[in-house]
Amino acid sequence: MELSYDILSNALVTGCLLGGVYAALTLGLTVSFGLLDIVNIAHPAFVVAGAYIAYGLNASFGLDPILAGLIASPAIFVCGIAIYQLYHAGLERRGGSSIRGLAFFFSLLMLIEVGLLLTFGVDFRSVQTSYIDAVPSFGNVTLPLRLLVPFLVSIAMVGATQALLYGTTFGRAVRAVAQDQIALRLMALDPVRIKALAFGLSAILATLAGSLLIIVQPVEPSIVWLYIGIPFAICVLGGAGSVLGTFLAALIIGLSESFCTSLWGPSWSPALTFGILLLVIAFRPNGLFAR
Amino acid sequence: MTAPLLQVRGLGKRFGGFTALDALDLDIAAGARIGVIGPNGAGKSTFVNLLAGTLPPDCGSILFGDTRVEKLPPHRRVRLGLARSFQLPQLFASMSVIENILVPLAYAAPSREASPFVRSRAEAQAMNLLEQIGLARLRHQPVGALTQVEMRKLELARAMAARPKLLLCDESMAGLSDSEVDDVLDLLFAINAEGVAVMMIEHIIKAVSRFSERVIVLVAGRKILEDAPANAFRHPEVERAYLGE
Amino acid sequence: MKLSMPVFAAFVIGLCATLLLVLHAIDNDYLYFGGYLLFQYVALAVAWNILGGYAGYINFGSAAFMATGSYTTVVLVKLFALPLPFLILAGGATAGLLGLFTAAMTLRFKGIFFAIATLALAVVLQTIVVNWDFVGGSRGVYLVRPPAPAFLDSFAQYLFALILGVTALAVILARFIERSTFGMGLAAIRENELAAETCGVPTLRLKIAATVVSGALMGMAGAPLPYYLTYMEPNSAFALTHTVNSVAMPLIGGTSSWTGPVIGALLLGLAQQTATVTISSGLNLLVVGGLLMLFVLAAPEGLIGLLHLAKRRGAT
Repeated sequence: MELSYDILSNALVTGCLLGGVYAALTLGLTVSFGLLDIVNIAHPAFVVAGAYIAYGLNASFGLDPILAGLIASPAIFVCGIAIYQLYHAGLERRGGSSIRGLAFFFSLLMLIEVGLLLTFGVDFRSVQTSYIDAVPSFGNVTLPLRLLVPFLVSIAMVGATQALLYGTTFGRAVRAVAQDQIALRLMALDPVRIKALAFGLSAILATLAGSLLIIVQPVEPSIVWLYIGIPFAICVLGGAGSVLGTFLAALIIGLSESFCTSLWGPSWSPALTFGILLLVIAFRPNGLFAR
Repeated sequence: MTAPLLQVRGLGKRFGGFTALDALDLDIAAGARIGVIGPNGAGKSTFVNLLAGTLPPDCGSILFGDTRVEKLPPHRRVRLGLARSFQLPQLFASMSVIENILVPLAYAAPSREASPFVRSRAEAQAMNLLEQIGLARLRHQPVGALTQVEMRKLELARAMAARPKLLLCDESMAGLSDSEVDDVLDLLFAINAEGVAVMMIEHIIKAVSRFSERVIVLVAGRKILEDAPANAFRHPEVERAYLGE
Repeated sequence: MKLSMPVFAAFVIGLCATLLLVLHAIDNDYLYFGGYLLFQYVALAVAWNILGGYAGYINFGSAAFMATGSYTTVVLVKLFALPLPFLILAGGATAGLLGLFTAAMTLRFKGIFFAIATLALAVVLQTIVVNWDFVGGSRGVYLVRPPAPAFLDSFAQYLFALILGVTALAVILARFIERSTFGMGLAAIRENELAAETCGVPTLRLKIAATVVSGALMGMAGAPLPYYLTYMEPNSAFALTHTVNSVAMPLIGGTSSWTGPVIGALLLGLAQQTATVTISSGLNLLVVGGLLMLFVLAAPEGLIGLLHLAKRRGAT
């Protein structure tokens, strides 16, 4: 197998860019699973739903998908809060077993996927933007803009989330809510309300990531099943709840996938990512960076 | 002089940078009554969890009878005779009172090794235990219907079903009224009278001084004192540690 | 009902024999084909529930275990000519091993990790199969049905009888576990795993055992599928409906006993068979998803639970 410098350097660049996008894909789960301790299996459905929202606004009004994602954010926020309230009323409050919580989100995943299927059909959908086909190159390394632009937005999302979680009272409350409900009540904050708002935040992060996803590649409803593993793998690998850990883990996953595709072809990369997930769960469930 | 039932040497546990327990040494003789006191965060619960096996130690050894147990999972320790009860009763919510006792009878009682589990025989044994703690008439009730003190007693009965040689009681009396505390204390005396060593972790000074032959005082993860109750409670360090909170 | 196990087993076998005789009298191969799918899901649901309902550990990778059974058949058939009952046992063995592997790697940690790991498992296995030319990769393989044994009417009846046998085994095994010390240990794990350990229950060992039994039964349910379809390719082997139904049917029917998955599978299975014929399969998934969410939120004990409630209300 010829491993030329060109192939390797392209794999490196693509891996980094892809890793960035994966980080965006995972941020919502970092909040819901990592910080709130809610196993939101429906997270990839939020992502794909976000991709379709971007598609819809792009196809109907010619809006840039990222702009579309931002415009839809308030509505998504409200939806996220509503979903959490339903989850809390039906399950958390009654002290239901974790199996029912998982089943709740599993059924939500199915419902969203089918909803998208019935609305948009099975065909692949993509967006039209001015930059989506541009592939500038530097020497022998190509930097497809359809990867670079989402990568840059993703960096901004990571930065913004980190700033929110560490620089605001709300952020501190979210970080405390899973660990120390007593401390929260002493701060005169209602844990349920904090969780609802945080879940709304995770929904926004997911759908925004979806609008990035549809720039990177075309989407169709059943890809929700492909995108369950990657966010969870990154979340666990990075140490659930750590934004920076998420970013680093995402880079690792992105680079592994990129090199795997270059060396063995794309058909093996789902196995690689999920294989990494299995190994991490088996040997380092607290993440690579845990003390 | 017979070897102690439990010998703990250099037992330690850290959480990140925080030392919860620092190189603890302790001996407990068979049939003894030991009290463990200390302010919140002193490491008492950590100590119980290390002894019971729900937490792995960072260093040190635990010798129970002839066996080194610090690397064994909780269920193995229970089968050797090291039982514990929880501060907040950890009962099996969807099972009835008697079913809660059947589980340790099936899995922990040493007699299980001698003969297979026969449900009718186990139910008779469970009824005995329930009569001892005064819950016999509630045997088919779901545990959700029990009062706090009834749940604490069931928790203790479940630990007793394992026929332990040493029972670790983690704050079994927290939040109970004076008469309820006496109730539970009587039960612990009765358990001890059957030859079971009891280590009681408590905040209720009255109960500890009535019950214990010896009192261990833990402060900030270290054993600062081990003496008879009367001396222990008069020690200036103990006074400071308790009055200081 | 306090039937002893041997009586219960005889009852189940008798019921299956009666069903076979009735269908033999009706003599319509379509009923065998439809019935095969129905009872495949009953077996799958009962098997899933051994780990999911009894121990409280949710498995999102039922498709992986079923497909292991299916592809074991494919591999063995390409190498030797083997009778179907043997293939079923082989499928059970390989799926059981898969269960052992997955359980040993992930069950030391919280149940959440096991659930996520099982999700990943299906994808990993499907990718391996897609890249494995010996079993046809993504193109799949065709299988030629061998002749049915002489005393049977048709191959369709043979397949139906076999899947009925797997279902009967699953039900008998499930009831046996429920009433055994093993089942009591699993229930303790489900209720409070920490307390179970403290009561002497060897939680890891029991969880692994339950995963192996559950996985093996699912593999057995998947083993005849290549002959049923006469064609095996990854998308049918790893079909989403296998995973979805194995979770939804017990949760809707009721998870505390074998009766729940049976009722859930029969009702939901019949509904789906009608729906696939009359409406789109997408709508079918919508109905299952909606029902699942409804039951999870409003009727956590499932249909069986609702039945008990109604009985108690009727008695007062």
